[in-house]
This record gives sequence, C-alpha cells and structure tokens, in this order.
Amino acid sequence: MKEKIKNEMRMKLPSLSVNEWVARSAVAAFCAQLDPSASEIADIKCVVSEAVTNCIVHGYRDTVGIIYIAVALFEGGLVRIEIKDKGVGIADVKQARVPLFTTDPGNERSGMGFTVMESFTDKVRVTSKSDGGTKVVMYKRLFGKNDNS
Amino acid sequence: MLNKKELYQSVREGDDMTVKIIGEIDHHNAVGIRSDIDSEIYACRPKRLIFDLSGVEFMDSSGLGLILGRFTTVKSVGGELIIRNPCKSVMRILKLAGAERILNIEFENGG
Repeated sequence: MKEKIKNEMRMKLPSLSVNEWVARSAVAAFCAQLDPSASEIADIKCVVSEAVTNCIVHGYRDTVGIIYIAVALFEGGLVRIEIKDKGVGIADVKQARVPLFTTDPGNERSGMGFTVMESFTDKVRVTSKSDGGTKVVMYKRLFGKNDNS
Repeated sequence: MLNKKELYQSVREGDDMTVKIIGEIDHHNAVGIRSDIDSEIYACRPKRLIFDLSGVEFMDSSGLGLILGRFTTVKSVGGELIIRNPCKSVMRILKLAGAERILNIEFENGG
C-alpha cells in the first residue's frame, strides 16, 4: 500500500452485544472526516457490525473477551478496518466465507456476515486458527460526493 | 402496544398484525425482541404479519435472521409475512441474501 496514513484509531471493547452499536458508531464517526457519502457510511457501519457480531457470537460464544478494533485512514480516501478477537477461531475459513454457511443456525444466524463484508468493501482478508482467534481486515476506498452507489 | 424496550410497536387490526420496528436492527436488538414477537404471533395467529420497516435506519444480517425467523413462525400458524417500506440500505441486505425472492415486499406511497 503506497498511500500515506492520515489518521488512525484503536479501541478495545468487551464482547457484549450492546457494544455492536458502539463499535459501528465509533468507526463511522472516525471515517466521517473523509466526508463519505451516506451510502458509504452505511456500508462502513454494516461491515463493522458484521465483524464485531462474529467476534461476539462465534469468537467468544458464551464467554466475554476483548474485541480489538483498529482503523487507519489513508490519502486518497482509503480506509483500513481491522477487527480481531482472541476467541475460538475458525477451523475452515474458506467454508466460513461461503454465503449462508453458519455454525449457529439455531440462533437465527443467517450466515451472511462475510458475504456482507465482501460485498460492501473492496477487499476482505480473514486469518484464523482453531483456538487462536480471528482477524478480519477490510479495505474500502471512499469517494464521498463522487460515490455513484 | 409498545414493547418495553421501545424497539418495536405492534398493532392488531382484524386478521392483520403490524409490527413496526424502530431504530437499528442488529444482533443485540434482534435477540431482544424475537421471542416477544413470536409470543404475539402465537397468541394472535394473524393471517398477515406486516413488518413495517419504515422506521429502521440500519440493519445488518442479524436483522435478516430476525425477519426469516418470523417468516417461519407466522407460516407455522398459517399466516404470511409482508415487509413494508424498507429503506435503501435495508433492501441491499435483503437483496444480497436473495430474500426478496421469498418475501413479499411492498412500498406504500410509491416508495
């Protein structure tokens, strides 16, 4: 990545479901300095919500752990969002990224989390190992008023 | 009837039950209201369950789970689910899952 970093933030939140709103609101507020369009901010909120929910529901399950969020803003409107947990990890990342696949169907999980992340950002990288936590890194270039989506 | 968490309001009119959800539907809120809504569905057994989403500003895929779960519940009592007035960002989530192919989605006032 050649763009110069303009600003960055880090936050840690306990994996309580009430913090889903906190996380997406905080990241959206931070990204607002790039003057995104309304739909771009909606996308940012959605993908953060998905990734954080995955940490809560799948990463930490019935325990409470820490969710690590790091956001970097680069020249040219590029945003990098990293969301990480130290939970149970994903045994098969490729399978987990298949649309509608879920390990928790009984709790009305739609299995669309990664699909949403992939559709609403430009790039998603997922690294995980069993009992080793999961890290999701997403990139999205914001165009602001020139956004045609 | 106003739900104690003020996340939704439900109104019964004849065979219709309208559930108006207000604010944001995420995993936290969906878990908070789904069994309350199910209890009302089983009590009222509506022919039409109308989910009025005009007041929903944000929904992630947990909202999709909430909707599809209620689709199953109302179907089990012989009713149908109608989604009314979802905003553009909510429609994006529904379309991403192909849910618009199985759900009745209607827009009032040409919205």
